[in-house]
This record gives sequence, C-alpha cells and structure tokens, in this order.
Amino acid sequence: MASTYDTLTPEAQAGDIEIANYTINFGPQHPAAHGVLRMVMELDGEIVERVDPHVGLLHRGTEKLIEYKTYLQALPYFDRLDYCSPLAMEYSYVLAIEKLLQLEVPRRAQYLRVFFAELTRICNHMLNLGSHVMDVGAMTPNLWLFEVREDCLNFFERASGARMHAAYYRPGGVHQDVPLKLLADIGDWLDTRLPRLFEDAMSLVVDNRIFKQRNVDIGTVSRDDAIAWGFSGPMIRAAGIPWDLRKSQPYDVYAEMDFEVPVGTRGDCYDRFMVRVEEVRQSARIMKQCLAQMPEGPIASLDRKVVPPKRGEMKRSMEALIHHFKLYTEGFHMPTGDVYVATESPKGEFGVYLVADGTNKPYRCKIRPTGFSHLQAMDFMMKGHMLADTTAILSAIDIVFGEVDR
Amino acid sequence: MTSPHPKFASNDGIIDAATAALGDRLLHVQEHVGEIALFVRREATVEALTILRDQLAYQQLMEIAGVDYPDRPERFEVVYCLLSLTKNHRIRMHVATDEVKPVPSATAVWPVAGWLEREVYDMYGVLFEGNADLRRILTDYGFRGHPQRKDFPLTGYVELRYSEEHKRVVYEPVKLAQDFRSFDFMSPWEGAEYILPGDEKAGEVKK
Repeated sequence: MASTYDTLTPEAQAGDIEIANYTINFGPQHPAAHGVLRMVMELDGEIVERVDPHVGLLHRGTEKLIEYKTYLQALPYFDRLDYCSPLAMEYSYVLAIEKLLQLEVPRRAQYLRVFFAELTRICNHMLNLGSHVMDVGAMTPNLWLFEVREDCLNFFERASGARMHAAYYRPGGVHQDVPLKLLADIGDWLDTRLPRLFEDAMSLVVDNRIFKQRNVDIGTVSRDDAIAWGFSGPMIRAAGIPWDLRKSQPYDVYAEMDFEVPVGTRGDCYDRFMVRVEEVRQSARIMKQCLAQMPEGPIASLDRKVVPPKRGEMKRSMEALIHHFKLYTEGFHMPTGDVYVATESPKGEFGVYLVADGTNKPYRCKIRPTGFSHLQAMDFMMKGHMLADTTAILSAIDIVFGEVDR
Repeated sequence: MTSPHPKFASNDGIIDAATAALGDRLLHVQEHVGEIALFVRREATVEALTILRDQLAYQQLMEIAGVDYPDRPERFEVVYCLLSLTKNHRIRMHVATDEVKPVPSATAVWPVAGWLEREVYDMYGVLFEGNADLRRILTDYGFRGHPQRKDFPLTGYVELRYSEEHKRVVYEPVKLAQDFRSFDFMSPWEGAEYILPGDEKAGEVKK
C-alpha cells in the first residue's frame, strides 16, 4: 500500500507543504456560542484571520409585532429580548413611555424599579461570569453561581409571579407592591448568602493562573476603538472609560444612590470579567441603600388615564370599572412625538427609539440591543488570536441572542 | 417633579451651535420633550456626521433606526442616535430617503455603522452608498421583501416546516387558520370620524 509520502515529489522536504487558509463554521449549534450564532471563520492553522458572524437565527420580528400591540401589550415582548436580564429590558421601554407622556412616578415605584433592576444585574452577571469561567474550562464556579441565580429567580417569582418573564415594570410604576417579608428576605440574602456564595466562587478563579492565561491580553480593545465601535456597559468600562448611564444620565432614584463605577486598565477579557465582578458588589450596595431608604406610598402613578386601577377598587367603583375596561382593551393613547431613551442594562446601553403617532399603538419601536454592536467588533477583536480564544472573547462580550436578533 | 427618564446635560445653546456648524446642510431643527432632532439633507449625511463628531464632540454612534412613513414623498427616515461622552448629551440626526435614492454610508466615520446600516437595509430596503458589505443581516438566507415596511403584512408571505416527504425544510405560502384580527380602538368615545353601522339612521329620526 502506497503511503501518502509516495505522492510527494522527491525534492519535497518536511515543512515545504503549502497550507492554504481554510474556513470553518463555528455554530450555529455550539454550546459556547451562547445561543444560536454562526460564525464563519477563516483560519491560518490555528490563527483566526477573519470572522464573519451570521446573526438573525433567533429573529422573531419583535419590533414588527410591537407595532400591532397596544403600549401595555407590547411590554412583555421586552422580557423576551434579553431573557437573562428581563427587567432591564422593560426599564428602557417604560421610561420612554413616561418621557413621552411626561408622567410622574411615585417615589416607592422608583425605588422598587431601581431595586429590581440591580437584582437583575446580579442575576445576569451570575450567568455571564459562570459561563465565562466554564467556557475557558472550569466547571465548579458555574454551578455555584447558578445557586445565586436560582435565589434571584425565586425573588422575582415572589415579586411578580414569574421567574423570568416578569412583566413587572409598567408605564407609571410597577405592577404590584412587594410583601414586606420579601424585602426582609432579600435584605438577609444580601448580607449572608450572596457574599458567601459569590466570593467563594470568585476566590476560585480571579487569581487562578490558568484562568488568567486564558484571559489576560486576549481581545484587547483600546479606548478609541471602544468609542468608534459603539461599545457600552462593561465593554467600554473595561477599556478604561468611566462611563455608566446610571451615574452620568441618572434615571429614577439612581442620582441618590452611592456607588462606584469599576474601570479596567488594559481592555482585555480579564478586565471585562473583573468589571462585572465588582459590579455585582456595587449592585448589592445599591440594593441595600434602596432597602434602607424606600418610602411607603403608592407603587404606580395615580393618573387613571394611564395606569389601570387595582381589581379590588374596580369591584366597588363605577369609575374604576370603566377605566379598567378601557385601559385593558383600548389602552392609553400616546401624544405624537419620538424619543430615544437608553438605560444601563447589565450588558451595556439598551435603548428604545419610540415613535408615537397619537394612537394607542406604537408607530415604530426600534430596539437598540447592546450585543449587536459588540458582536460586530468580533472581527477586529479576534484577528490574530487562536481559535480557542473565540469562546473567551465571546463570553466577555456577554452576548444573548434574544436581544441581538430581536 | 417630572418623569423619571434618564437626564443628560441641558440643551442650552446646542441648537445654535449645531445650526452654525451645519450651515445649509441642515433643513430644520425640532425639539420635543427635551430631545433635539436635526433634519439634514441626504447628500450631506457624511459631512454632517463628521461635523457632529469632530466639532460638536458627539463621539459615539449608538443606533441607526429606520422609520417608514408611506404617505410622504420620501417615505423612509433614517435616524442616527448620537451620544457625546464628554458633553454627556444625546442628539438625533434624521435623513429622508425613498426606495431608490441611496443614503451615503457612515462606515467611514464610524465602523459600527456597518451592521446598523445592514439592518436598516434588511428591514426597509434603504440603500447605503459606500457600505462595502450591504448584505441582509437578521432575516433568513434568501429572504425576499423588507419586513418592517408598513405595507409588509405582519404574518409575512411564506412559512416553513420540515417535510417528511422531502426530508428537508420546505417553504410554503402562509396559511392562516383564522383571519388576522385587528381591532379598531379609535373609539367613538373619543369622537369617531366615521359613521358606525346603524348610526346613519340617527340623523333621520330627528327630522
């Protein structure tokens, strides 16, 4: 049997063989792709030359559907965008509506929204930090962090009735008040379980030699690149720009909260990871301040032309019955105008560009996903890196396809 | 107390500065609920964006949104949402176009514009002149039509299923089990502009 060497010309020496670049598919079904991402990668040996991410495999036409729903009916679609941080998605939308209506929101509602937005941030970062660690090869921290995430989801369930798709924020406030016991339990959890479980898991990785070798100086992005590529959130902060919408453009009661914005120095994957680690601690700090300061009072605007009355009230008052019926069938009408409102979601700037035409349905609702711009930068972040670094860079972006594909 | 939306720096002087810097590239300015929208001539898109970035310090392009107004002569509006990190301010730039007139691409000003323009092209069919990679991005491979246009039906035209017979996914025209229901809530309580069925006799009775 002729060996393959027989086919070579006699002059050929080992190492003379020309290896052409070849192209591989990463995904669309790859556990480290964080969803359905197909990346066409051009490789030179094991070095990545070019990446072409193909997105849209999870496109559900959310923006089109929203145009056919009333403002209130459109709200639950936002939960399903970034399904790892549902309440942060609703946040931009309700603030956009309130801005167009110039609607006042009671203090307790503002505190509740900030409180649960920060709980969402913790919940989101637990998933991202855990899966980042797992993508570079460690199993244990992920399982430990999921315990924290499970606690968060239980809290969401106790507040809203749903573990993930809460639909808890409403234009004008929140849907219902929380029981005192829930706030007490979350307060206990912030003091005991969260720091223990979280710091335990982090102690395994942050100084770990292998983890650092996989992340330090991987996917480095300079300040100028971060700005030009439209980065936001932990991605721009890791590049060394202290930019946090909660600080610079405060909404609800963030202006009264005392917290710090962690900033990276090198702009690599390790910095992005560490920025998120610190954000979890700061989020816990904000939540404790919310618990200490939260006043009593109504949990939604009392403007009955926007916020429906509670069921109990509806049973006794004719006026309330009419409002309840009209708001749940027809919904409220929005004055003509357009706004772009962006909040600091756990992944970065999540914006809603809302065009209202005076009817009860949005004329246009453009959703600005955070991961879309970050994923576009994948090509230049990956250039010259090894194939195995793909997962580290992708995890550090914190990508979720419900949001990218909409 | 007003609504609790994100508060950025005040708009004082911004309109004047933008008007002076943009000159005749600017068509008109609109300010609504504290947000400034600059309506700019389509041919001057790239120049205007460069001026906004370099002279007025809007360093980041956060979003490009398309909007469809079928009644207008130039039915599409392309909206650039800009953010200034140093001034802590947001501004929007609007450009009007139609199905055939291309908008100059912003990819030379901001690399992030590449995908954002691809999305507007995919959803509305707006062409961007100078975008080297103007492929579809969110819709299926081989998709036809531009789904965000107001004349594109919500259900679309085709649906797909796995065919046991062909052993592959096949595309078929959409079949709906019931008609798509769209309720008219521009209710008579707010004063309907049309006559409801049966109401046409109401006037006759009075005579």
